[in-house]
Amino acid sequence: MIRLEGVHKAFGGTHAALAGVDLEIARGEVFGIIGRSGAGKSTLVRLLNGLERPTSGRVLVDGTDVAALDPAGLRALRRRVGMIFQNFGLLSSRTVSGNVALPLRIAGASKAEIAAKVPALLARVGLADHGGKYPAQLSGGQKQRVGIARALATDPEILLCDEATSALDPETTRSILALIADLNRELGLTIVFITHEMDVVRQVCDRVVVLHAGRAVETGTVADVFLRPQASETRALIDESGEHAEPIGFDGPIVRLTLHGGAVLDPVLTRIARDTGTDFIILDGRIGRLKDTSFGRLTLGLLGGDTARAIAALREKGDVE
Amino acid sequence: MSNFFENVDWAEIAQACLDTLTMLGGSLALTVLLGLPLGVVLFLTGAGQAWENRWSHGAMAFGVNLLRSVPFIILLIVMIPLTVLLMGTSLGVAGAIPPLVVGAAPFFARLVETALREVDRNTVEAVQAMGATTRDLVFRALLPEALPGIIAATTVTAIALISFTAMAGAVGAGGLGDLAIRFGYQRFQTDVMLVTVVLLLVLVQFLQAAGDRLVRHFTRK
Repeated sequence: MIRLEGVHKAFGGTHAALAGVDLEIARGEVFGIIGRSGAGKSTLVRLLNGLERPTSGRVLVDGTDVAALDPAGLRALRRRVGMIFQNFGLLSSRTVSGNVALPLRIAGASKAEIAAKVPALLARVGLADHGGKYPAQLSGGQKQRVGIARALATDPEILLCDEATSALDPETTRSILALIADLNRELGLTIVFITHEMDVVRQVCDRVVVLHAGRAVETGTVADVFLRPQASETRALIDESGEHAEPIGFDGPIVRLTLHGGAVLDPVLTRIARDTGTDFIILDGRIGRLKDTSFGRLTLGLLGGDTARAIAALREKGDVE
Repeated sequence: MSNFFENVDWAEIAQACLDTLTMLGGSLALTVLLGLPLGVVLFLTGAGQAWENRWSHGAMAFGVNLLRSVPFIILLIVMIPLTVLLMGTSLGVAGAIPPLVVGAAPFFARLVETALREVDRNTVEAVQAMGATTRDLVFRALLPEALPGIIAATTVTAIALISFTAMAGAVGAGGLGDLAIRFGYQRFQTDVMLVTVVLLLVLVQFLQAAGDRLVRHFTRK
């Protein structure tokens, strides 16, 4: 659906925003782009609807080279690609309904069509009663819902999300992510999600690319990238979300255990403790969900018994470091 | 007290008020008519915008700065041949309007450009990402979003024009400024000076209050 081939982008100076990025995003997937600020994420997503043009390389959306489109072709493409923003990008001078109607007006829809469609879009994002309000009267989460309704107005096949939850509190973030996951499932939307938060990627994405200094340092399924990170930049991002904290005040052998999927529900530790006589001290740990699977990550201190056999037994259940 | 106002010819004051208001209304209307499109084009040709063009933006910005750097009293004199060509005279209300517009339009255009730059960057991108033409962007997003700023710019420009009309009075345009100079200054008739100053003060206060009210009315933030 979306393909980047050797994309470079420089803004004047010597420093390139993107330095040779190759990517492929499949139809219907939720694809995450994660990286620190300045990594080139925002530039990358703006290439996909022609808000920016690559300095070299090709950006293909459904086989069409975005940079080669004439202005009319680009406008037609943009109607098939919705976009939402960190600061929502709503027009403060228009009501909620007026904002959602704007893409339809620009596309030349009839009054009747707009009158039928806007309430349905607002109902879809849970704002059926708020059409007459102005954006300033809404909460951040509600504003982003308006942004989503507006992005969906022209029935796009792709939704670009530029730090769409970064201005929201954790609870509101969860509800917006749930809405985005629903849209992906129900409408088959291809979603490109930019963020600097690993937790967001974990909750909603199928695959992810880690961007660092304009390069794609790691690409893969969220489970692979999150549970078996290869690049040091990826590890750093995971550490920031509270994983891998250094355990304190334990002198004995320490292992890091990572469990995948169903293994989370096995009574692994107590069973091995009984068999080997080794006691486990949980120094740090987290059991959580990826988009549609579970994971567990525990830092364990081993005390007494046959520790070598205990470690071998752990290795059978998950990854041990 | 009653003979303090002995020099004041109220009929003449009324005529001067009317002249000032006519100069203000005519020049303000033309200033907005010329300055608004100029401000929009200045904005659109600026860095990162839809018609980004360093040369035409630079040339326009230079022209605007040039006109803004000429003191208005000099502009009045320099423009006399052009004014005569346009209006048939350089005197009276008609003779004052061309220099007033040339003096105020570049100033107003700059204020419009600044107001447009205040529009949230994400909002502009969002409208572009909808597949908007530049025309859609200007008329459906930029101008409505910047409306409070543009009204405030109009108020500031109107008040600047009032002080310009007083200067235009010095070279034969008529109005309250002319009265103040001829009677108040040259003939030492302090009472005439006082009346004209109070009237100008009331006019400025009224314009500022009306402008502020309109800005509040159109602000949805």
